[in-house]
Order: sequence, then C-alpha cells, then structure tokens
Amino acid sequence: MEHIRLPKVEKVRLLDRVSPRRSRVGTLYLTATHTIFVENEAAVRSETWVLHSLVCSVEKQAATASGCSLLVRCKNFQVLHFVVPRERECHDVHLSLQRLSQPERCEELYCFSYKPNVDEEERRREWDFLDLKADYSRMGLPNSLWKLSPVNQHYKVSDTYPADLFVPQSATPPVIVGSSKFRSRGRFPTLSYYSKENHAAICRSSQPLSGFSARCLEDEQMLEAILRSNPRSDFMYVVDTRPKLNAIANRAAGKGYENEDNYSNIKFQFIGIENIHVMRNSQQKMLEACELRSPSMSDFLEGLESSGWLKHIKAVLDAAIFIAKRRGSVYWFTVQTVGIALLRCNHLVGDPKEMSPVIDQFLECAWQIMEQFPCAFEFNARFLITIHSHVYSCQYGNFIGNNQRERIALGLRERTHSLWSYLWKNKADYMNPLYRPDHRQTEGLLRPSTAPYCFKSWRGLYNRFDQGMHPRQSAEDYLSAIQEETQQLEDQLASHQRKIAQLEQEGGVTWGAVAFDKSPTAWALGSDMELANTPQDYAGGFVTSSPCQHKAPEGSLLLLTHDGNISNGSDQESGIADVSCLSPLSEDSARDPDSDEAAYSAA
Amino acid sequence: MEFAELIKTPRVDGVILHRPFMPTVEGTLCLTGHHLILSSRQDNTEELWLLHSNIDCIEKRFLGSQGRIIVKCKDLRVIQLDIPGMEECLNIASSIEALSTLDILSLMYPFFYRPMFEVLEDGWNSFLPQNAFKDLETMTDEWRLSEVNKDFSVCASYPPLVAVPKGVDDDTLRKVATFRHGGRFPVLSYYHKKNGMVMMRAGQPLAGTNGRRCKEDEKLINATLRPGKRGYIIDTRAANVAQQAKARGGGFESEANYPQWRRISKAIERSNILQESLIKLVEALNDQSHNMDRWLSKLEASNWLTHVKEILTTACLAAQCIDREGASVLVHGTEGTDSTLQVTSLAQIILDPACRTIRGFQGLVEREWLQAGHPFHQRCAQSAFSNSKPRQEAPVFLLFLDCVWQIVRQFPCSFEFSDSFLVLVFEHAYASQFGTFLGNGTAERVKLSLPQKTVSLWSWVNRPQELQRLTNPLYEANSLVIWPSVAPQSLLLWEGKQQGGGGEVTTHERGPKMRARSVGPTH
Repeated sequence: MEHIRLPKVEKVRLLDRVSPRRSRVGTLYLTATHTIFVENEAAVRSETWVLHSLVCSVEKQAATASGCSLLVRCKNFQVLHFVVPRERECHDVHLSLQRLSQPERCEELYCFSYKPNVDEEERRREWDFLDLKADYSRMGLPNSLWKLSPVNQHYKVSDTYPADLFVPQSATPPVIVGSSKFRSRGRFPTLSYYSKENHAAICRSSQPLSGFSARCLEDEQMLEAILRSNPRSDFMYVVDTRPKLNAIANRAAGKGYENEDNYSNIKFQFIGIENIHVMRNSQQKMLEACELRSPSMSDFLEGLESSGWLKHIKAVLDAAIFIAKRRGSVYWFTVQTVGIALLRCNHLVGDPKEMSPVIDQFLECAWQIMEQFPCAFEFNARFLITIHSHVYSCQYGNFIGNNQRERIALGLRERTHSLWSYLWKNKADYMNPLYRPDHRQTEGLLRPSTAPYCFKSWRGLYNRFDQGMHPRQSAEDYLSAIQEETQQLEDQLASHQRKIAQLEQEGGVTWGAVAFDKSPTAWALGSDMELANTPQDYAGGFVTSSPCQHKAPEGSLLLLTHDGNISNGSDQESGIADVSCLSPLSEDSARDPDSDEAAYSAA
Repeated sequence: MEFAELIKTPRVDGVILHRPFMPTVEGTLCLTGHHLILSSRQDNTEELWLLHSNIDCIEKRFLGSQGRIIVKCKDLRVIQLDIPGMEECLNIASSIEALSTLDILSLMYPFFYRPMFEVLEDGWNSFLPQNAFKDLETMTDEWRLSEVNKDFSVCASYPPLVAVPKGVDDDTLRKVATFRHGGRFPVLSYYHKKNGMVMMRAGQPLAGTNGRRCKEDEKLINATLRPGKRGYIIDTRAANVAQQAKARGGGFESEANYPQWRRISKAIERSNILQESLIKLVEALNDQSHNMDRWLSKLEASNWLTHVKEILTTACLAAQCIDREGASVLVHGTEGTDSTLQVTSLAQIILDPACRTIRGFQGLVEREWLQAGHPFHQRCAQSAFSNSKPRQEAPVFLLFLDCVWQIVRQFPCSFEFSDSFLVLVFEHAYASQFGTFLGNGTAERVKLSLPQKTVSLWSWVNRPQELQRLTNPLYEANSLVIWPSVAPQSLLLWEGKQQGGGGEVTTHERGPKMRARSVGPTH
C-alpha cells in the first residue's frame, strides 16, 4: 500500500488505440493489485481492470494542453493509453505503477495475496490435480529400461532440474554425476517422453562443456546407456536446437556440441532455432506490426515478414516434426532454449533481457497445429490464451520461480493456488466442441503441414484487445451452446421417461397433466443476435468504432473471476469468462452517435 | 467442324494419374470432344472427368520414352499424367492444347450436355428481373420497370428490363445513356427497406476535357434523393485515374453540376493488374522452397489481399452511407461492369440478410453480375497458369467471392451456405457443363438461346440433395446489417480456393471432401 502515491484520479481519458476520437472519460483507481478505470457516463457500468503484475512497461509522455499521456503496456499485449489532466497526478500514477508492477520481493507477488473463496483443504487438493508421477506411469514408467533416479533429490546435481528424474536402468550415480559436470548448469541427459509402443524415448539436456577438444567418459557412457535403453535401435539422433554457427561459436567459451568421434552410433542434427535474444527482438517487431494504426495490407505483411516471427515459429514446428517422424529410434535433445528459458518471465525486477518469448512460441505452435486440425484438440484457443495470461499474471503459483527447487523454497504449494485446477473447474469454457478423439485423421500422430502459407498471424493472442478485428460470431461457441442445450433436453427426456414409467406403474395415466416445462436456458446466442454491431472506419481516416465494447471488461478478461476481496464491481467481472467478448453481434450505436460523422469527415 | 479432327489419339492405356494428397490411379486415358477422362475401369473407383475448357495450360516433360503432362486448371487444380510412349504423349498434348483453346461459344460443352437429373425448377426462370421488381413493389412505388432497352439498343450490356425512378421517362433514359460509358445509365441496384435509401450503379459520365454536362442525367439521379438530402457518389477509381479519364472522353460528376452529391474516390485496381496479382499469388502458393520470408514477401508483392481489403472497404463504405448516413448512393468506375459490381454486390451482402441465403445469393449473382453485364466470357477465358498474353482476363468475380468468404469467416453463423458453395460458384464461372456463365451479357445469352439450349447451374443446385450439401449447418437467420472488419489481421487467405488445386492442402480435415467433389462429372 505504501507504494500507492495517489489512489484515485478523476477526469482521466482512456483513448481507443485505433480511433482516438472514441476515448472514454472516467476515474482511475490504483489498488494494491489492480489499476481500475471506471467510465463515468456509460449506460452500462464499464470497467477496465488491469493486474499490476501484467504490466510490462509504463511510459509517461510529455505533457500537452489536453493533459499528460500515460502508456501502459501489458504482457498479454494489451496497451492502454490514458490521458491524465494534470502532470503532477500523471507523475504520481507513473511512479506508483512502476513500483507496483515490479515487485522487489517474492512476497509481493500477486499469488501470495490472491485469496479466492476456497477453503484450505480444497486449495491443497488443487495442487494434487496434476501429478507428474501419474503422467509417467501413463507412459508405462518405471519399467525394465528406465528407472526413477534419486540422484537429484536435494538439487545437488542440477539445481534447475526437478528432484524426480528418469534415467536408463544401466546409468549409475557416478556416471550421472560425471555427465552432469560436463553439461551446462549440470543438466545431464534425462528422459522427457517415452513411447510404450516402440520404446523410443526423447531425452533432453543442456550443451556439453566440450570446448574444442574436451571429452568426458561418463557423458559418453551416459549416452551409450540411453542408446541401449531401446533394444530395437542401434543408433540415435542427437538434435541440437541451435543454428550450427551458434554452437560452434560457443566452443570458444568452453561449451559447444558433442564430437561425433567420441560418441558411438549417434547421428548429429542441428535444427537452427535461434536463441532467446533473437526471438525477443523478433517478437517485438511482430508486435509493432500488429499495433500499427490502420495499416495497409502491405505495411502489415512487410512488418510481419521483417520481424521473422513466423519463420521462427515454423522452425520450432519443423524441429518438432523432425523428432516426431523419427520415433523409431532413440534420440535426445539439447534443449538449450526450451529447458532453461521456459520460465524466464521476469516476475521480479530484473534485467529485461532475460525475458523470453519461448512459452509464447510453444503456445503459438500448439495454436498453429490446432488451426490445421480443428478436431484433434480437446481444448480451444481460449485455453491457450488463458494459460498465456497466467504465465505472466503471477496469480497462480504454477509459473512462479525458475525451477522446482525455487518453487519449493517459496512454499508455492502451501501458499498459492494452482491454475490447472482453476482451468479444470471452468473447463466448459475451454472445451473444443469439435473434438473427436476417434477421428481417423487425428488419431495418434498429427502430421501438420509446414508449408509457409499454412502459418497465420495469431490475431486472437496478439490483437486480443482489438475487439473490432475478431470474427463477430464464433462457430465453436455456437456449437458448445447447442451441445449444452442438447444435453439438457436429453436429461429432461430421461427424467420424463422415468416419470412416465412411474406413472404407468401406478396405473391411470393422464397424459394431459404432464406439463412440458421449457428448458431454463435461453439461447445464449439467440438473444445476442438481436444486437447489431457498428461499422469500422471504411473511409480511411478514423475508425469509427469497434463492436462489443458495451459490456466486455477488456482489461482483466478471465483473470479476475474469483476476485472476492474487491467488492467494487466484482459481480460484473464474475461473468467474464462467458462468451460476451466473443459473442456474435453487439450494438453500440447508442453510445456512439458520432461514429458515422467521424468516418465521413475524413472522406 | 468435327472434334474428331482435333483428336489425334483418342485413347491411351496404362496412364498414371497423380493428384496432390490423393492416391495415384492407373487407367485408360480417353479424349472426347469436351472431356479428358481417366478411368481405371474398375467398379467403385473414382474416374477423372476434366472439361477441356477448364484447362489453363499444360506442360510436357519426357523421361526416356515416358512422357509426362502436367495439366494446370482454371480452377487452380494441378494434376499430372504419366503417359507411356513419346508419340502418344505428344499427340495427347497437342490434342488437349487444341481442344482447350477452342474459342467458339456455340461449340462449348453446355450446348451438348444433357442433364441426368430431374430439373425441379428451371434456373433460367428463377431470377427474372420482373420477379425481382415485384418484390420491390411491395416496398415502394417510387420505381418503375423500363423496357427502354428491350432490343439492347440503348445499352448493349444491360438486360431488357431495368428499374429506374418512376418520374423519369424512357426518352430521358435514352439521353442519359449517351452521356454514360457503354450506355450504362444509372439504374437501381438495391433498395434498403429499413430507410428507403437506394444504391444505383452506372458507367462513368462522359464529361470529357471540356466538362460536358447532361441535365437529364442530373435529373435522373436527383430524382432518387429525398428533399434536402444529399447523396454519395462512390467512384471506384483513384482520384487521379478519374481525372485522367477525362482526356479519353470519360470523367466524373463535377461538384458544380451535382451539388447535392458528394463524391468519394476509392482505388480499386483495374482488371489487368488484378490478373497479374492472381498469377503472382498462385505462383507464391506453388513455391517449393518452403521459405517463410520468401512466402511472405511474395504474398505481399502479389497484392492480392490488398485488393481484397480495398474492395471490401469500398463496399462497407457504400453500405455505411446507406444504412448509417441514410443517404442514397451511386456507384461507378469506368465501364461499370467490374469494380462497380464488386462494390454493389458486396454492399448487399452486408445490408440485406436475404443475400446471405443460398437462393438469395444466386439471385444476387444473377442480378448484379450476369444481368448487370459482367463480361464473364472475357474475364474467365484464362486463369492463373496461362502462358499466353492476357487479353481481357481478370479475376474480378473471384475477388468478389473471396471478399464474401472473408465476411463468412467473420460471421460464420449468418450465412446459409458453406464454403463449398462459394468454391462451386467459382469453378463453374471458369468452366462448366451449365450455360449460366457463358457469354458476356444478356444480349449475347439471348442471341445464343442459352435458356433454351443449355441447362442452368441453378437448376442443378436447387435440388434437395445438392442444397443439403451446400448448406451451413450453423446457419441462423440474422436480420441485421453485418459489418466486417477490414483490418489486415482480419483478412485471411482463402484456403478453399487453393484447395481446388494449388499444391497442397492446408486444412487437412476439410480438404478431401472438397476435392472429391470437384473431380468427376456432376451427373
């Protein structure tokens, strides 16, 4: 609380990013956890909530006659442009937000203060929801080839690895420890995925500290053990996810890659995924293209091309396919990027250079595959977007800390809530109605095409808050509503049949007396159909309006659903996870009488 | 002329057919006057029936004594035929070339095609102007159906019956026709029931360098304005293009002579540029390098999506003027037969829920494209693969369908038809057993007696079994105006179009269905 210099500012304007004329005037509140903007003269109370931990930068611009601009950029790609009437106030808000969005101590993280209405026992159960050991036993482990090794029990061998690790049966502790000393950060080769069907395994590790000529007998033995763990294969692939040049350059720093002469029966393959610095720059450029104000098609495509982002996404997917295709043999991975960088999200004050979009890329790759196989995934794109938000929101304990050791030290299991359980409880929102596990083409291995034209820019994530850009109707939501309706009718039918059977047993049925009560749920979409949306700016000047603004609380979408401790407006927030922001059509002409005039003034 | 003269080798055995994403088929290749047929002569196997008129170009290659013909179709499919024997291959290739470039309308397949299905409703009579006018009469009495063009003497590209303001007589229309490009005087395109505003279309005014004016023209379009109201003229050309048109006798409505109208210039490209764009796009799609940078830069250089955006934006603007501004609109470019029709027809999709049904869309294509005089024969004579110098070819209609698809993507529950309906219409516009898209306008269709001698595509479509296949199961009538987003992020590449052929398929689960249909005859 001591960081809030100014809890409330009035007459603040929130500018519409694409159309400055559609700004809204209201009051800005700073709380311990959120920035809240409440619009003054809206027919429906309209609030924008932004979690402090989602704020990635706050920029104060020079004061002008109309006020002082404050640009708040969020990690979920929301950009808020406030204009605060007095510079002094703007200065205070700026400093407060800067401090609030960059907690200095772990205890300040939102997950430690986030207290939904859940009792302690239930909270503890949340963490049991996802059990990694169960996941391994689904893969059929441990078995005669792979065993659980206690070697990293106290994080002595590798502090970035978890305590429970699977290694080949023949790998002895001295071999493991020896191998770990030859690897960056002690990340020795360990099992990531095992296929029951053909004994093929995916292992991962960091790069070897080979320099120009160093070798390590234990490391060679370790790889030999992995090779032998698949009795059906006499060689294995070693996949280095870096471009070859980077790997060669690293030799000068005493690191590098495996020398094929020292390891028997390995096939070495570089895949060419760029390092996190390149990725970060690329993502930044891609976001700039997505944020352009009324760009032409060429502006946008040029921006997309020069960012190289889709090229990197394709490279990651190509790598995944390379590995999936070679399931027949044992292979393992030098996950230089994925493993280490996965959780560098800069929750605390730190060097922003350490931030990496690797998790973004993973989620995007999943989305690109989903686009090609709409029936193969049980979840929908909203599921991926929600995970993305929470990787950065610090609301749940799952993504806090960089590794298991840190997470245990922070007592996350004891003090915070788990996202997976939240997602599971709200699974109705994240189910893909098209999911067909028995589909011929989606059974087992998917074979996505990586022809360049199969890749799309993920509007749903990167332009998530530009509501005018999204489809106005969602076939998936429509189908989900139908599925729900059908289920209810079937339940009703069953209950009526039971009643009939009962009455028949009692004898003397009077059919007319059976009243058919209509299903209580109204067609969610039917009612929204009555609403109209508004046109965009088609005349080339200002965009007149974007639809769906009447009730969509854009800021805190999906993040605040159980936020009980802020009484103000939490009722409206609680319904956020419904389809309101994705609903087909909405009328905002009432609140936007000047939209057309605005459009033509430019014509 | 006998087709037999052009067929050097009517039959070759042991030909292997390769199609992307489908199993290869070995069989007998037959050439008939209109079709290339490949059949394995076994039960339950698919036969390939390809209209010669669908072939855009062929490429020959030789591997030893084995010949290979790559057939590239106007509907963007690409197939490969491996033919044993060099001579057979050469004969087949030259026969296909001769048959596929026959440019005599009366020899086209629709004149020879006899339907194997029962015609429930003759599509030629389904969308007559007089019927459309009856609907209009239930809404307003301010318009009349003029027969001034009954012998096509006033405007060669108009149908015999057109709707004009009631207070304007035929003599005035004749005078106006002399002042508009191609005699295309302003006619009613759409009446917006909600507020009584109208959309008209025309050819450019022939103002010339000395700024000729025509009082009758002014009178005609002013007759559509409510007292004290202003209207909008949407010129589909960039301002400088409209200016330059004056030197060639064309031009635009000057503010002095049309004080009640406000002109808006939008830059929709002309046909030869659109054709080049399609060629570049298809080239990019078939690029084998699998390089992302190259793809994006080629996609951008093709400008295809730029054209989609521009056309869609202009249509939205026209719709916005009518629905939101409560103003009447006149749309024209130069001839009034291409970009004008893209804009007027898309605006109706946006404004009028009826156009979003299967039947309503057919009516729209009839009214705003076929009867409105879009020269289909000239525009669709060649497609993206053709090597010969383009004459008047342009994917004007394909761009319209692409724009419709973009709106469908944004409102997936508001259209009665599915993607495959749009693909079907696209394919039949380029090559068909039906007479619907033959010729360049009503005059030519009447001269060729198409309604008597050929079958209409709509006769085939409007049968329960076909309709069922083309229906969008998610459709729920939406009586509202639908405003699409035209942001670059909102516009996508239409996959269905490339699935017809292209190299590869993007959406695996939907692909096979679409391709299976496009192969083989429809009877």
